[in-house]
Amino acid sequence: MAEELRAAVLRALGDIAPEADLASLRQDLAFRDQLDLDSMDMLNFVVALHDALGVDIPEADYPKLATLDACVEYLASRR
Amino acid sequence: MTAGTLIAWRKRPGDRVARGDIIAEVETEKGLIDVEVFVSGVLERILIEPGATVPTGTVLASIREDAPAAAVPGPAVAVPVASAPVPAAAVPAPARPEAPGPGRRARVSPLARKLAATLGIDPTTLRGTGAGGAITREDVERAAAGRRPGAVPAAAAPPPARPRMDVVRMRQAIAAAMARSKREIPHYYVAHTIDLHRALAWLADENTRRPVTERLLYGLLLIKAVALALREVPELNGVWRGDRFEPSAVVHVGVAVALRGGGLIAPALHDVDGRPLGALMGAFRDLVQRARGGGLRSSELSDATITVTSLGEQGVESVLGIVYPPQVAIVGFGRIVERPWVVDGAIGPRPVVTATLSADHRVSDGHRGGLFLAAVDRLLQSPERL
Repeated sequence: MAEELRAAVLRALGDIAPEADLASLRQDLAFRDQLDLDSMDMLNFVVALHDALGVDIPEADYPKLATLDACVEYLASRR
Repeated sequence: MTAGTLIAWRKRPGDRVARGDIIAEVETEKGLIDVEVFVSGVLERILIEPGATVPTGTVLASIREDAPAAAVPGPAVAVPVASAPVPAAAVPAPARPEAPGPGRRARVSPLARKLAATLGIDPTTLRGTGAGGAITREDVERAAAGRRPGAVPAAAAPPPARPRMDVVRMRQAIAAAMARSKREIPHYYVAHTIDLHRALAWLADENTRRPVTERLLYGLLLIKAVALALREVPELNGVWRGDRFEPSAVVHVGVAVALRGGGLIAPALHDVDGRPLGALMGAFRDLVQRARGGGLRSSELSDATITVTSLGEQGVESVLGIVYPPQVAIVGFGRIVERPWVVDGAIGPRPVVTATLSADHRVSDGHRGGLFLAAVDRLLQSPERL
C-alpha cells in the first residue's frame, strides 16, 4: 500500500513538473523546495491526489505534505 | 517579438473557422502559442508551411469571410532573432515520428526544450516518457547520447534541427521590452502596506467549504482587488499608443508567471473585474498551466491592460516592477510577513503585504496612484465582496 501511495504521489508530481528528475528526489526533504513548486503547483498537486486516490486534503493539512515520506504517511492515515 | 516559426496547422483549407478558433501553433521566444482567428468563414489557402520562420505581420493564411466575400489575412505572429526562412514554399511538414497531429500537442517540458535547442535536437521527434507522454530532459539526453558519433551509424542520426525557444531568446525579448520601457516611460513609484488578516481568514474559511478542485488561491484575491480598484482610477488601465493614452473598457490582467527553467511570462487573465472568484480561479489555473506547458493563445500574449506580479510566500518584502509597454502600470506584491501592527491603540501581530505601483507619469500622477493602492487595501478588507 505504501508503494502504491508513493507511486501516486510521484505521478502527481510528475504531472506538475514534467521536467523534474524524480528519481533523484530526496524522500526526506521538502519536495517543494527541491522542485521549486509555488502555491499554484501545490493546489494542482492536491487536486491530482484527490483525483487519483479520492482523498480530500484540507488546506490546514498542507504542512503535513512537505516531504515524499510525509505524504505517504499522511495519505495512509486518511484512507 | 519580431518573428515566429510555424509549427503546425490545426485547420486545413476548406475547413470552417469561427472567431476565436485556434488555427495554428507557432513557436516564439515566449514558447508555443496558439494562433486564433478573429473572423468567421472558410480557410481558403495556407500561405506558410510548418517549419518556416517568418517575421511579425506575415500573412499566414487567407480566410473567406462569411458575409463579405473578401479575403482576410489571418493573424500574424512574431519572435526575435529570425532564422532564415525554410526554402521551398510548399514543402509539406517533414514526416516526424510521434509528431503531434492536428489537435494534439507534444508536451515538452521547458527544461527539455532548452536542452534540445542547445543540443540541436528537435524535441517533437522524440518519444516522451514523462507524465502523459511529456518529453523530459532524460528523453533529450537519451536522444543526444544515441546521436553521438560511434554510438549509431551516422545515417541514423536525425538531422539537427534549428534551435527554437531557448533561454537566450527569452532574455532577449525581456531585454527589448524592459529597455524600451526604461527608455520611453517616465516611471513613478508608490508603496503601501496592507493588513491581510481579514482576507486570509476569510480565504481559509471559504476554502474549507469548497471542494478541492474549486479552492481559491490568495494571489487571485490580489488580482481581483486590483481589477476592481481600477474602476476608481481608470487611467492605470489601458495602453499608450503613439502620443496618447488609450483607456481600456475591459480589465485584462497580465499575470507574471515564473517559468521553472528560467525566465518569465505575463499572459492575460481576461475580464477579471466582471467575473466571480470561482470562475476566475478556473481560468487562472488553466492560464498558469498553459504558460508553463505551452499553449497560450495569441490574444493572451498581447492584450493585457495592466500587469500584476506577486512573489507569493517566498522572496522579498516588496517588488518594484518595470511597466511592460504599451501598458502604463504594474502592481507588485511582496511576500506576506508577520509584523507588529497597531489596531485601536494596541499592538498585535498581523500578516501584512507591501503593495507597490509603478506607473507611467505621462498618464497618471503619484496622487492618483496612491488613491489606487488605498482602494486595493479597502477592497481587501472586505474579501467577501470580491
